[in-house]
Amino acid sequence: MTEHVIEVTGLRRRYGGGGSAAGAKKKGTGIAGAALGRKRGGDDGKGFEAVRGLDFSVRRGEVFALLGTNGAGKTSTVEVLEGLAAPTAGTVSVLGMDPLTDRAAVRPRIGIMLQEGGFPSDLTVTETARMWSGCVSEPRPIQEALEMVDMEDRASTRVKMLSGGERRRLDLAMALLGYPEVLFLDEPTTGLDPEARQQTWALIRRLRDSGTSIMLTTHYLDEAEKLADRLAIMHEGRIVHAGTPAEVTAAQPSRITFRLPAGVAPAHLPVSLRAAEYVDRIEIRTQNLQDDLAELLLWARQNGVVLDQLNARTASLEEAFLDIARQQPQYEGAL
Amino acid sequence: MSATTRQPSTDRPTTAPPAAGAPAAKRRMPDRTTLRRLSALSRAELTLLVRNRSALFGALLMPLLMVGFLLTLGDTLGLGDGNLSVAAVIGTSAIGMVLLMAVYSTLIPAYVGRREERVLKRLRTGEATDAEILTGTAVPAVLLALIQCAVLIGAGSAHPSLSAPARPDLLIIGVVLGMLMMVLMAIVTSAFTRTVESAQITALPLFLIAMMTSGMITQLDTLPDTVADIFRIMPFTPVMDLVRAGWLDAGGGDVTRALLLALAWTALAGYAVRRWFRWDPRQ
Repeated sequence: MTEHVIEVTGLRRRYGGGGSAAGAKKKGTGIAGAALGRKRGGDDGKGFEAVRGLDFSVRRGEVFALLGTNGAGKTSTVEVLEGLAAPTAGTVSVLGMDPLTDRAAVRPRIGIMLQEGGFPSDLTVTETARMWSGCVSEPRPIQEALEMVDMEDRASTRVKMLSGGERRRLDLAMALLGYPEVLFLDEPTTGLDPEARQQTWALIRRLRDSGTSIMLTTHYLDEAEKLADRLAIMHEGRIVHAGTPAEVTAAQPSRITFRLPAGVAPAHLPVSLRAAEYVDRIEIRTQNLQDDLAELLLWARQNGVVLDQLNARTASLEEAFLDIARQQPQYEGAL
Repeated sequence: MSATTRQPSTDRPTTAPPAAGAPAAKRRMPDRTTLRRLSALSRAELTLLVRNRSALFGALLMPLLMVGFLLTLGDTLGLGDGNLSVAAVIGTSAIGMVLLMAVYSTLIPAYVGRREERVLKRLRTGEATDAEILTGTAVPAVLLALIQCAVLIGAGSAHPSLSAPARPDLLIIGVVLGMLMMVLMAIVTSAFTRTVESAQITALPLFLIAMMTSGMITQLDTLPDTVADIFRIMPFTPVMDLVRAGWLDAGGGDVTRALLLALAWTALAGYAVRRWFRWDPRQ
């Protein structure tokens, strides 16, 4: 079962220099990224390259998560897959077709939930669903779609009276109206309360179990860890880690941090521990947390040393993610 | 309230499984699917229009108020100075008012509102084409305007100093081209309009130019030739020339010229839509 529903090869996406319509879409956090892109990529004001050569594929029936900090290029990538934007270079295929040129054939088979979708605020939930349903080839009954996201009791409520989380769920329901084979979810649980998040996760799992392939972007690590069969972590337009959550985690070292009392030099630590000294702490990165921790603690007891703020953390997706965030250079000094 | 209490089916029911045959199946009835999407979008848009007092007021009452205004002050303004009677000017101007107010001025805030609420952006992720999305928004206003035009022509024909349209074909062409031009112009204008409120201001330039140059409140033949010649090539004037030619059989040999000019302005508006229209919010 290795049929791929999404295939991406060498995908690049550049927002034109000057004030093109596409460039104007980058906002907020994207600006820091833009400055960084110019400085690092040296592209001399020829715009900002948000996606810089991606290769990945999504298998039928799996949940694939694209993780990344704000401005990493997640949405820019997904927009190309959804057929909302053309790639600057590279190819994408969705269900074996080009999402842009074969739009009419692809759209009936996919469902899309944008990061910021919108529905007219003066329509009720049912009226909104009726409008959307009329634009879907083979729509699911409206009642059923609303039940899937637990919104049936809000059917006659105007959209403007819904909470932010309820709007996200309505958005999800609309993405599900066409029985999508491939579902694109751009930060689906942002703004949801914990209970609604759990329910959305359960729904995503049910959809996956019934054969729907799901590509989701998120900046919640727990969401990716709990839902994704495979994931890719993006940073500055590139994939820096990819694999199953376990694989990505396994590639990361575990970490022991502590402080030594005044007068005890780091040089006194056992050499095998490969400790690194930072301003505020000593840090040991290890692939063998248990042995190294035991060695450290034995050394401390034998030498009567108190390890202040001792902390040992096993590798996690969070570590992988924070590791990337730490690599971000400091802008202040550079300018 | 746990998510596991209810397990709605996530499988498509008995109908065609999503397989390789889907694209072909999709193409069987393009016209019917287009109509289905258009009616869904238009129905939602009509609901929104009915719920929006000021939009409904602009679409239905404003043209009526303007006609009332002209009826009261027509003689004082010298509407009858020229070849046409006061009644003839008011009757044809009323159609122009409907086009400008019920279509153009009503649709700008509609497009801006849908854009700013990200409705257009959301709809673009679905199966509806760009043209269907833009047309869907326009349908209710266009239908209301057509009804108003029909009522006006009916009432005008019954008026003692007016008669039934002399050239219904030209009148219909004029009204239809006028509708199309106004819809396209409204889409273009929305691109230069930040908020729903500011649509009242961005509508003004075209609105005032149309009022002044198209013979709606001053008959063009009373103006100096050079001024009249310039006015005749302005966007809304050929539409009004066709309406006058259709209803009153006035205008004579200029009909072809008016038709070509109206087509040219409509094509230009269509180009401007492609060039400037934006789907993403400006805020």
